[in-house]
Amino acid sequence: MEPIIAFAPYTGWVYPNETVFEWSVLIAVYPYLTGLVAGAFTVSSLYQVFGFERLKPVAHMALLTSLSFMIFVPTPLLLHLGHPERAFNSTITPHLTSAMAMFGFFASFYVALLILEGWFAYRPFIVEQAQKRTDLLGRFYRLLTLGSYDVSENAMRYDRKWIFALAVIGIPAAHGLHGYVGFMYGSLKSREWWSSDLMPVIFLFSAIISGVSLLAVLYVVSCKLRKIPVDLACLKGLAYTIWAFIMVALVLEGLEFANIVYKGREGVDMIMQYVTGPLLIPYFILQFAVGAITPFLWLSYMIWRGTTGRALVIGVTVSAALVLFSVFMMRWNVVIGGQEISKTGKGLLSYHLPFFGKEGALVAICLTLAPLGLLFILTRLFPPWADHATTHAHS
Amino acid sequence: MSKDETKPSLAARREFLSKLGRAATCTGAAVGAAALGVLPSVSAKSAPAPEGDSFPTKDYDWTKHQWGFGVDATKCIGCLRCVEACKRENNVPRNAHQFRTWVERYVHLEGEDEVHIDSQQDPVNIEASGSEKEYRFANRYKDAKVEKAFFVPKLCNHCTHPACVQVCPTGATYRTEDGVVLIDHTYCIGCRYCVQACPYGARYFNEEEGVSDKCTWCYHRITKGLQPACVEVCPVGARVFGDQKDKESPISLFIRNNRVQVLRAETGNAPNVFYVGIDKEVN
Repeated sequence: MEPIIAFAPYTGWVYPNETVFEWSVLIAVYPYLTGLVAGAFTVSSLYQVFGFERLKPVAHMALLTSLSFMIFVPTPLLLHLGHPERAFNSTITPHLTSAMAMFGFFASFYVALLILEGWFAYRPFIVEQAQKRTDLLGRFYRLLTLGSYDVSENAMRYDRKWIFALAVIGIPAAHGLHGYVGFMYGSLKSREWWSSDLMPVIFLFSAIISGVSLLAVLYVVSCKLRKIPVDLACLKGLAYTIWAFIMVALVLEGLEFANIVYKGREGVDMIMQYVTGPLLIPYFILQFAVGAITPFLWLSYMIWRGTTGRALVIGVTVSAALVLFSVFMMRWNVVIGGQEISKTGKGLLSYHLPFFGKEGALVAICLTLAPLGLLFILTRLFPPWADHATTHAHS
Repeated sequence: MSKDETKPSLAARREFLSKLGRAATCTGAAVGAAALGVLPSVSAKSAPAPEGDSFPTKDYDWTKHQWGFGVDATKCIGCLRCVEACKRENNVPRNAHQFRTWVERYVHLEGEDEVHIDSQQDPVNIEASGSEKEYRFANRYKDAKVEKAFFVPKLCNHCTHPACVQVCPTGATYRTEDGVVLIDHTYCIGCRYCVQACPYGARYFNEEEGVSDKCTWCYHRITKGLQPACVEVCPVGARVFGDQKDKESPISLFIRNNRVQVLRAETGNAPNVFYVGIDKEVN
C-alpha cells in the first residue's frame, strides 16, 4: 500500500523533499498553548510579585489557567511525533545541543512550580474543605493537605513568602519556556522567515498579550456565568496590560519584518512575493489589521475617553478575543508560513489544512479548547473567585 | 514566627521547605556550572563522534577513513540512473516527493533573465516518465532557444558541522568518526526538527516508518569497500567518491585537481560534497 502523504502544490523551484509539509497545524497549536501559559502566568505575577491589587479577582484563575494549558502543551507534540512511544528518549538521553531536548525539563519544572504555587495559594481552602467535608471529595482534600492543617496567621505569612518566591521564580520559568519556543524557530538558519534574533522576544510578547487576553475573556465569561458584576477596575487593569504589551509586540514584529526587507538577503524577492500574495490576508489583514491594530486602537480610545460600564466590558472582551485570534494567526504565519517559503528562495508552496485526521483542523481545535474543559473542572475543585467566602493565603 | 515553633506541623513543614530550598539552590548552582561547561559544545559544532566498535563491518576501522564526495556538474547528463539506483538500494519510498538524491536541471533561455529550474519530481517530468517510480527529464525546451543548460546532482552534504545533528533532541542522528552523518532509525522519535534544520532539503520523513531519512553515502556499502550506489551507476563519472585520508583516492584527486566549491558555505555547516562546474544560481 502506498503511504498516505499529503503533497503540497508549489510554484517556482522547490527542493523535491520540500513538497511534503512536515510541520502541520499541530506545531502551530503548540506555541499557541505555551504562549497562553506564559501570558496567564504574567497576570498572576503582576498581582503576586508586583502588587497590582486590582488584578486580584483574576489572580487565582490565572494560576489555574496556566496549569490547565500547560498540561495540554505536550499533546500536539506527541500527536505529531512519528514515534510518540519514544518521546521520553529526548528526556532520558537528551542531546544537549538541541533546543528541543530541553523542552521536557523546562516543561516538567514549570508544571511542578505551578502545582506547588497552586498548593500554597489554595491551602486555606483545601484545609477548610478537608475539615468540613465528610464525603469522598473530603478525602481528596484531606489528601491534598499533605497532613498540614495549620492555617494560623504565622503559617499564612510563611506560605505567602513561598508564594512570592515561587511567583518570582515562575516569571523567568514561564517566559523562559516561551522564549525558548521562539528560539526553536529563530535559531534555524535554513529559513529566512524563521532565522531571526528577534524571534524569541516576539514570541514572548505575543505570548503575554495572548495570555492576558485569555484571562480577560475568561473573567468576563465567568462573571456572566456566575451572574455577578464584572469588577471594572480589574478588567481595566487587564486592558491596560494588553494595551501596553500589544504596543511592544507590534513594534517588534514591525522591526522583524523591516529587518528582512531592509537587509534584502538572498530569497527576499520570494518573501516579498509571498507576503504581498498568499500571506496578504493571513498576515497583514488578519494578524495585524484585525487582530492587533483594531484592538490597540479600540483600547486606546477607551483609555483616552475613560469608557466604563457595559461599553468597557464589551470593548475589552471583543479586543481580547481579537488579540487571541491575532496571536493564533501569528503562530500560524510563522510555522506554516515559514514552510510555505521554499528553502531554495526561488519557490512557494501552499499548505492545505485537512479537517479530519490526526493532524487536521478538528484535532487542532479540540486541543486548543481541551484546556478550557480542564479549567472548568479545576474551578469546581478549587474555586478561584476572590469574592469566595474562604480567605486565600494572600488576601 | 518563633512563637509558634511549638506547632509540630508548621515546624515540620518549615524544615521540609527549607531543605527543599537548599536543594533547589544547590541544583541551581549545579545547573549554572554545567551550563558553563555545556555552552561551548552546544554552539554550531557537532558533538564528538560516539566511541566504541565501528559499524557495521567487523574488520572496518572508522578512524582510518574520512569520506568525501565530489560532483562534476559539467559531466552530468541528467539520465537519473543515480536517483533510481538510490531508491532501489536504500528502500526509499517509490514516489515523486521523497529522495535521498536528486538531479536539478538549470536552463537559461535566450532573451530571458530568469533561469528555469526543475528536478525529476516536477509533474511535467513525471508525466514524461509515465510513473512516479521512474524518472526522466522531459524534453520541455525542445522548441525554445537554450542559451545555457546544465544538470546538478544533489544529495546530503554530510556536513562537518551539521545543523540536523545539532538540533536532534535525542542524538538519533549523529556524525560518525569517518565523516558520515547517519540516523539511528530505532532511536529517532520522528519530530522532524532535522528536516526543518537542513538548509539543503536533503532530509525527508518516512511516514511508514515514522522516522527521518536521508542519504548515508551508502554506508553499508562503503564500509565494505564498495562505492555508493549512485556513484556505481553513473555512466559519465559525474559523481566521485573516496577517502580523503588516501591522497590518491578519486576524491582527493578531484579536490586537488579542481577549483571546487560547496553549497551554502555561509551557513557554517562546512559541507563535504564538493562541486565543480555549477553556476551562481545553484544553492
